[in-house]
Amino acid sequence: MAELKLSNVEKAYGEVKVLRDINLDIKSGELIVFVGPSGCGKSTLLRMVAGLERITGGDFTIDGVRMNDVPPSERGIAMVFQSYALYPHMTVRENMSFALKLAKKPQSEINAAVERAARILQLTPYLERLPKALSGGQRQRVAIGRAIVRDPKVYLFDEPLSNLDAALRVATRIEVAQLKEAMPNSTMIYVTHDQVEAMTLATRIVVLAGGGVAQVGTPLELYERPENEFVAQFIGSPSMNLLPGEIVETGAQTRIKLDNGGEALASIPTKASDKGLKVNLGVRPEDLVPTEGLGLFSGEVEFTEALGEVTLLYFKKVGESAGMVAKFPGIHRDLRHKAVTLTADPSKIHLFSNGRSLLYR
Amino acid sequence: MHPAFQAILTIVIGVGGCIGYFYFSNLFLDKVLFPARGENAGRNINRANMIRPWLFLLPAMIALGLYLTYPVFATLKLSLFDKSGENFVGLGNYAQMMTEAKFWEAMRSNALWLVVVPALSTAFGLLAAQLTDRIWWGNIAKSLIFMPMAISFVGASVIWKLIYDTRPTGQAQIGLLNHIWMQFDGGWGSVLLLRVLPAVLLAGFAALMGWLAWLLIRALMADRAGGFWLRIGRLAGAAISALIGLVAVIWAFGAATANLPYGAPQQWLTIPFWNNFFLMAVLIWIQTGFAMVILSAALRGVPEDTIEAAILDGANAFQIFFKIKVPQIMGTIVVVWTTITIVVLKVFDIVRAMTNGQWGTQVLANYMYDKLFTASDWGVGSASAMVIMLLVTPILVWNVYNARKEMR
Ligand SMILES: Nc1ncnc2c1ncn2[C@@H]1O[C@H](COP(=O)(O)OP(=O)(O)OP(=O)(O)O)[C@@H](O)[C@H]1O
Ligand SMILES: [Mg+2]
Repeated sequence: MAELKLSNVEKAYGEVKVLRDINLDIKSGELIVFVGPSGCGKSTLLRMVAGLERITGGDFTIDGVRMNDVPPSERGIAMVFQSYALYPHMTVRENMSFALKLAKKPQSEINAAVERAARILQLTPYLERLPKALSGGQRQRVAIGRAIVRDPKVYLFDEPLSNLDAALRVATRIEVAQLKEAMPNSTMIYVTHDQVEAMTLATRIVVLAGGGVAQVGTPLELYERPENEFVAQFIGSPSMNLLPGEIVETGAQTRIKLDNGGEALASIPTKASDKGLKVNLGVRPEDLVPTEGLGLFSGEVEFTEALGEVTLLYFKKVGESAGMVAKFPGIHRDLRHKAVTLTADPSKIHLFSNGRSLLYR
Repeated sequence: MHPAFQAILTIVIGVGGCIGYFYFSNLFLDKVLFPARGENAGRNINRANMIRPWLFLLPAMIALGLYLTYPVFATLKLSLFDKSGENFVGLGNYAQMMTEAKFWEAMRSNALWLVVVPALSTAFGLLAAQLTDRIWWGNIAKSLIFMPMAISFVGASVIWKLIYDTRPTGQAQIGLLNHIWMQFDGGWGSVLLLRVLPAVLLAGFAALMGWLAWLLIRALMADRAGGFWLRIGRLAGAAISALIGLVAVIWAFGAATANLPYGAPQQWLTIPFWNNFFLMAVLIWIQTGFAMVILSAALRGVPEDTIEAAILDGANAFQIFFKIKVPQIMGTIVVVWTTITIVVLKVFDIVRAMTNGQWGTQVLANYMYDKLFTASDWGVGSASAMVIMLLVTPILVWNVYNARKEMR
């Protein structure tokens, strides 16, 4: 049980501010995922929560207690590192019991905690081994076990799966999800590069960009109602298509005339004064469907990628706009070099003005 | 010829000779012996490349063979012949040596050196490596600590002889140690510094040893499943710690009740038993720098995230050092320790320059020198050389084994 609160937290290395104005309320039992481009400060923020980096501005509290100057070991947190950070000279058992030994817990209690964690993570046969005699996945589980035995209020994960191969990553991701289910009261913060991890694990995702928070929300909120172009393009793969255009009809629904000659209807209400507003229309590749009439885009398919359940269609660039991508269910190799006109359901259209979504005005 | 000129000439001839050798021998190989042209060009290149490593190894192999391998066998032979090296006496020289008090004195002081110098050099080196790591003037401190490494043993001995120098009472003491010593007058300050402090330190050390012994005994009792050798090792460890602890208690008592000759300048190097330690100080002073440099590099190699994980696990600075860092650099510590041990077994210059083995400070290497060049007894001298080699070899093998393991 732990509620975390970050108020105007900032981090400066000398003159350089790498994080500023971070405001987050994390409720007990949440699994928060930090995502963002490389170098945006995800690890730094996590390490500030852990106490490994000094917080240079703002307040950070756990359950209402200010933690800025509390030493890491007294914050009630445990961290799992990307590189596992196992103690190479200690066996799996010693690795997992180190923290409890330092806390001078009785030996029987230590053994019970270690064996329980080992059972959960299927590490029992390896308890007396040194880390160097384990596979990557097993090492990662030991690192997680080392966190579990301490029974912390908050778990921190910094890209815990990025050193594993694809299959193992899926398996371990599911294990983390089950672990979370087994411990509904513990709060977790999880840093990742992997969208699928973020979408499947998170109760809420924090998108970090340019040293600040771009949006906080549930995975579906981020996917369906991105607050800005950055989040819109960052979440989802391939990225959302953006097409410049202008509002021509306002009301409960909005009609947009696109610079490429196409037209689209969006179920986003607009005021009469919005008429003539320059906007970027956003539409996800998976929301595009072919049409016979006037669509929002038409062009020649330059290249296809058949992934089995879906086919990605890459369209020839028109002018200087970014290339369009569409995702059709099924296999459509035959569409290569064909002209296709695309449209989308009005409810799937996003509108951005100056990078901000019109939904959030 | 002026010696400086001679030195320069030697350098020019030596370096020039080396360059000339490698250049011309390779030239000969490539142009004359197996030229890379004609119908056998390909095969010739392969042959030349098979021979080339030997070209580079040859000078070293000849030098080592001439100055190292041959002397070992020659010495072995000499050790079995009499004084003049003419009549075979079997193991007579060894037997004679065993009866000599000076030989056993040398063995005893060597053993003392062997325990004290590597332990203290490594410990101080580790301490210096850790402490200089986090301060801004750490690199300056490191350079200063490393400096003695650049001084020859004889040079260092001269410096320390000045520190231990003694002048008659009434004259100004130019020796640092005597100067400090003369400040003590038997007042309460002297009692505190020279009786209470050493006694407390020794008692503390004794307590530490007792605790260690107790831990080992407890581990022995608790972990019945442990292997036979593990149990023997623990038992031996406990016995040794207990013994050292006991000695420390006796010394602590001695330090507390000692009757110290205040006000009289001391001839430090003639005080029996303790003068050994005054000599060891020189070598420790030199070797600490070596240990520090190697261990400092090893400490930097300890992954930062294991330290951060330990911080999160609640370890304090001491626990991080002793439970996380030191175990991870244990291999390097062993290499440093054994390397210094080998230096210690061969120690000669310091003893030669400072006491020449008098007043109970004889060591094996100096004993050998005395026999060989003062007494001109080639038999016993060679026999003592063989003893030194026998003692060094196992440590050397272990050292090389550990160093290789580190490199992997
Ligand atoms: N000691 C430092 N001094 C100055 N800048 C630093 C320091 N440490 C990190 N930074 C900067 O802080 C920013 C955030 O780094 P951080 O490691 O948190 O990124 P990240 O989001 O975790 O990236 P990645 O996804 O690649 O792991 C980076 O731009 C980095 O250059
Ligand atoms: Mg990172």
